[in-house]
Amino acid sequence: MSTTTMEPQGPRPSRITPARIGVYAFLVVSAAFFLLPLYVMLITSIKPMAEIRLGNLFSFPLAPTIEPWIKAWTYACTGVNCDGIKVGFLNSFRILVPSVIVSIALGATIGYALSFWRPRGANFLFAVLLLGAFIPYQVFLYPLVRMLSTVGLYNSLPGIVVVHTIFGLPLMTLLFRNFYAGIPIDLFKAARVDGGGFWAIFFRLMLPLSTPIIIVAVILQVTGIWNDFLFGLIFAGRENFPMTVELNNVVNTTTGEREYNVNMAATILTALVPLIVYFVSGRWFVRGIAAGAVKG
Amino acid sequence: MKPRFIRSIAAQIALLPAWLIVIFAYLGTIAWTIRISFSSTKVFPTYDFIGLKQYERLFATERWIISGQNLFIFGACFIIGCLIFGFLLAVFIDQKIRAESVFRTIFLYPYAMSFIVTGLVWQWTLNPTLGVQQTVRNWGWQDFTFDWLVRGDRAIYVIAIAGIWQASGLVMAILLAGLRGIDQELWKAAKVDGIPTWRVYLHIIVPMLSPMFVTATVLLATAVVKVYDLVIALTGGGPGISTEVPAKFVIDYLFNRQNVGLATAASTVMFVTVLVVLAPWLYSQYFRGQRGRGA
Repeated sequence: MSTTTMEPQGPRPSRITPARIGVYAFLVVSAAFFLLPLYVMLITSIKPMAEIRLGNLFSFPLAPTIEPWIKAWTYACTGVNCDGIKVGFLNSFRILVPSVIVSIALGATIGYALSFWRPRGANFLFAVLLLGAFIPYQVFLYPLVRMLSTVGLYNSLPGIVVVHTIFGLPLMTLLFRNFYAGIPIDLFKAARVDGGGFWAIFFRLMLPLSTPIIIVAVILQVTGIWNDFLFGLIFAGRENFPMTVELNNVVNTTTGEREYNVNMAATILTALVPLIVYFVSGRWFVRGIAAGAVKG
Repeated sequence: MKPRFIRSIAAQIALLPAWLIVIFAYLGTIAWTIRISFSSTKVFPTYDFIGLKQYERLFATERWIISGQNLFIFGACFIIGCLIFGFLLAVFIDQKIRAESVFRTIFLYPYAMSFIVTGLVWQWTLNPTLGVQQTVRNWGWQDFTFDWLVRGDRAIYVIAIAGIWQASGLVMAILLAGLRGIDQELWKAAKVDGIPTWRVYLHIIVPMLSPMFVTATVLLATAVVKVYDLVIALTGGGPGISTEVPAKFVIDYLFNRQNVGLATAASTVMFVTVLVVLAPWLYSQYFRGQRGRGA
C-alpha cells in the first residue's frame, strides 16, 4: 500500500473540454471541405467510365485503372490534335524557365537600383510599376498584341516570355526593393567608400545576401507563370499553348461523351508542378505571400 | 566617391528595361487603349474620332450590364466569404492545437493551384447529372437538389464558392501572421478582467488586425476584377450569359467578336474604376510620410 500515491502517474492528460472538441470539429470539417475536391479528382481519375456513369462521386473505384492517366498524358484530344496533355506540359516548361530567370534578374536589378541608388525619377517609376500590379490586364492587351506583332514576337515563345516579364516585374521589383530596404544603408556606404561601383556592389555584395528573397521570388514566379491562362492563350500561339490552356481545351471543347476520368487525370497533371512546389517549399511559400502582400 | 552623375548613369542604364516597360508596355498601352475606345475600330486600328459612341453602346449592351452585376455579386460574396472563413480558420488554428502545420498546409494548398484547375474540379463535382446531386440521390434522398451550376440565377454563386475554396487559405495565412504578432500579455489582461474570449476577438483583436484585413481585401479585390480563368473553366459564362464578367467581356470582344472599339471602351471603364477605388489606398500605403529610402 505504501507504494501507491494519490498523485496521478505519467504525463498529465490534456484537458478535454467541449470548447476543445468544438475547435477540432471546426478544423476537421474545414479540412474535409478543402480536401474533398482533391479526393474527388483522384478517385475519378482512376475509375472506368462505366463506374462514373453510376453517379457515385465519393465511392472508391471497384476496378481501378490507370488508363485515363495514360490517355490524358499521351493521346487525349485538345481540339484537333490528339497528342495528350504532355505537349502542354513541355510548352509550359519552355515558357517557365526563361520567364522566371529573366523576370527575377530584372526585378533584382531594379529593386537594387531603386533602393540604394535612387536615381532621378525613381519614385515615378516605382509608382507606375506598382500600379501595374493592380490594373486589370484587359487594358494592356490589344496594344500589346499590336506592338508584339509589329516586332514579330506575337504568337511566339519569346513573345510570351516578354509578356510574363512585363507583368511579373511589379511584384518582383516590390519584393527586391523591400528586401534591400531592410539591409543597413551603412553596409552600402562602406562598399561605396571602398570604391565599389554599381555592378560590383550588386554582384559581389547584394546578390550573395539575397538568397532568401531569390528563393521566395522563384516560388512566386514558378507557381504564378505555371498557373497563367490568359497570357498563354493570347500571346503564346497555338504551337506554344501552356498546359492550362491545353487542359481547358481537353475538358471544355470535346465533342461526344465527356470522359471525366481523363479530364480529372489531366487536371491533376496540370496541378502537379505548383503543388509539388507548394509542398516542398512549405513555409517559404507563406513567406512569399507575406513578402508580396503585407509589407509596403 | 565618384561624382553623382557617373553613379547615376550606371543606375539609369540598369533601370533602362524598367523605363522601357513602364513607358511602352504600361503607360503607352493604356493611352493607346483609351484612344481606340473613342474610335470606330473593328479589327485593325482606325483613328477616327466618334466621341463617346462606344461608351453609349457599351452601357446599352445587356451583356455588359450583366457582367457588371455579376462582378458585384461575385466580388461581395467572394471577399466577405474569404475574410470571414479565413479569419475563423486563423483563429481556430491559433488555439495551440496539435498538428497545426498539417491543417495549415491543407487550408492553403488550393491557393497554389491554377484557377483553371479549381474551376474544372468544381465543375465536375457540382455537375447535376453525375456529381454531388446524383450521389446524394443515390444515397436515398431522392428529392435532393443542388443544380446551381446549370441555373442562370445561381451559377454565379458557385463561382464564388469555388473562389472562396481557393483563396480562404490566403486570408488565413495573412491573418495568422497578424495573430502571432499579438502580445500574450493582452490575453492575460483580458483573463484578469474576465472578458469572454469571443468578445476579445471581436472588439480587440479584429481592430488590431485591421491592416491585415485591408491587405487581404486589396489582394482579393484585385483578383475579383481580374477574374477570368475561373469563369472560363467553371461555366464558360453560362448558362446563357448569366455568369459573364467584365474581363471576359473584353477578351471576347477583342479576339472573338472583332469589336475592338467596344472592347477597349469596356477595358477603359474597368481601368478607371480600379484607379478610383485604388488611388487613395496606394497613396496612403506607399507615399504618405515616406522618409529616406524604403517605406
